[in-house]
Amino acid sequence: MSLEVDIQHTRGAFRLAARFTAEPGVTALFGHSGAGKSTLVDIVAGLIKPDRGRIAVDGQVLVDTERGVFVPKHRRRVGYVFQDSRLFPHLSVQQNLVYGRWFARGDRQQDGAAAGNFDSVVELLGIGALLDRRPDSLSGGEKQRVAIGRALLARPRLLLMDEPLASLDEARRAEILPYVERLRDHAGVPILYVSHSVAEVARLATTVVILSEGKVTAVGPVLDILPLADSGDGGSVLDATVARHDEPFQLTVLDTIAGELQVPRLSAPVGASVRAYIRARDVMLSLHQPQEISALNVLSGKVAAIAAKGAQADIRLDCNGAIVMARLTAKSVERLALAPGRPVHAVIKSVSFERS
Amino acid sequence: MTEEEWTAVRLSLLVAVTATAASLPFGVAIAWLLARKRFWGKSLLDTLVHLPLIMPPVVTGYLLLILFGKRGPIGAFLDQAFGIVFAFRWTGAALACAVMGFPLMVRTIRLSIEAVDTKLENAAATLGANPLFVFATITLPLCLPGVIAGAILCFAKSMGEFGATITFVSNIPGETQTLPSAIYTLTQVPGGDAAALRLTAVSIAISMAALLGSELLARRVGARRVAT
Repeated sequence: MSLEVDIQHTRGAFRLAARFTAEPGVTALFGHSGAGKSTLVDIVAGLIKPDRGRIAVDGQVLVDTERGVFVPKHRRRVGYVFQDSRLFPHLSVQQNLVYGRWFARGDRQQDGAAAGNFDSVVELLGIGALLDRRPDSLSGGEKQRVAIGRALLARPRLLLMDEPLASLDEARRAEILPYVERLRDHAGVPILYVSHSVAEVARLATTVVILSEGKVTAVGPVLDILPLADSGDGGSVLDATVARHDEPFQLTVLDTIAGELQVPRLSAPVGASVRAYIRARDVMLSLHQPQEISALNVLSGKVAAIAAKGAQADIRLDCNGAIVMARLTAKSVERLALAPGRPVHAVIKSVSFERS
Repeated sequence: MTEEEWTAVRLSLLVAVTATAASLPFGVAIAWLLARKRFWGKSLLDTLVHLPLIMPPVVTGYLLLILFGKRGPIGAFLDQAFGIVFAFRWTGAALACAVMGFPLMVRTIRLSIEAVDTKLENAAATLGANPLFVFATITLPLCLPGVIAGAILCFAKSMGEFGATITFVSNIPGETQTLPSAIYTLTQVPGGDAAALRLTAVSIAISMAALLGSELLARRVGARRVAT
């Protein structure tokens, strides 16, 4: 599938002008709150009619203001998982789940796709024990899983997820993320995932669309785009494979193109792919190979670019082709005389890991 | 109680139930239009619905007589086209009661529809439900207590309606003499006090039963909705 969006919409003083194409997999719509992410998703779902533009899924036009096309929301077959699950309070979990299936009956999807099959969706989301419950007796995490299942069972061509984890605490998020990953890998439905969390995007997305003040500022594969994200907790993502486990010290050694990383023991088996996320403020720079320091991970690279922001500067490093971001004070930049092309060593204080 | 008194009670119940049942679909439809839609002439429709509430009942009754009487423009048409006659029939009493109870019914249902979160309706639409199905499966079940309350208000108003009814269809025993008309007649004749008092007691009993019944029904609907 592909999603083509090219729309303009003005609401009060806010102007949204977005143009991008989303490829199969998870496309993350990333940006600060107020950037227009939710408005854009509402437009794709048909809840808002854009002033001008065109939206097409798999070549089928949903909106084309020039030709006067506007497919109403109930005929779009675009699933929507809302931030506030929006389960129907007067129906049981089971009734909520099958609500959309009723309308999807006519058009069977290709065989083998897990979406649309009640048993496999219930199994995928681990909600088998909740079927007879009422929505108001569910926890926030359970509600979101049911909401995801309800959207999937309507056999959507495209699944929209508007910050589905934003209303949950850290523990609940950790509970749901694996289900979203399984969805991405097994449900066979492309997902447009709205988020302002770099960690979530790093873990889930294939493609990233960065939205800033109503405009698309960057589109591309997650590894290239995420380091450019102008975000409060900027960071970088490295694709890695598990090389070996160092059992006596309870460490795992990872291979990345930037070099080896040693991290606290992961449960992933040798050879598994993982995604490492390194926050910019967890990276220190040194001009010489540091000796006798406690940090285990030191990557060598060159300064690729420096973006100064007041007293701080974001340094983009090129470590053998991989991008690593470091956030330093302006004073450090001057003391080390950092400039593009200068070889440096990046000392990484901590790495967070997400399986991919 | 005498046979005439029972007749008045039966007639009142028939008129009130007919008025409520016949106006309920229109009440729900207009309440939904007023709550959810924006269209030209919305304030006019709102005013029109509320008019019987603010006008003297006698004026409403007289307007009904002009419009729905045998020679009135609407009354003549309905008589010739469908053989439906309102003038001086119990159906006319039901029409008068429906018109008088309508604003109360619409107001109550409208408020309860407005209390249903449009976000839920949008969620249903993204799952493929067309607007009619969304209304039937989401909006209506969620505003059901309000619909019940609106129907009970209309029923109670119908049981007590006097001015518009007597102006429109007069006070014919066995045909248009409802409880209030019968009580009014009894108070005008010597020695009618005991009978008037009996009918008053019946009237109070029916009103209270209706109120209690609606409470129970609303509670059951509410309980079903929050049951875990």
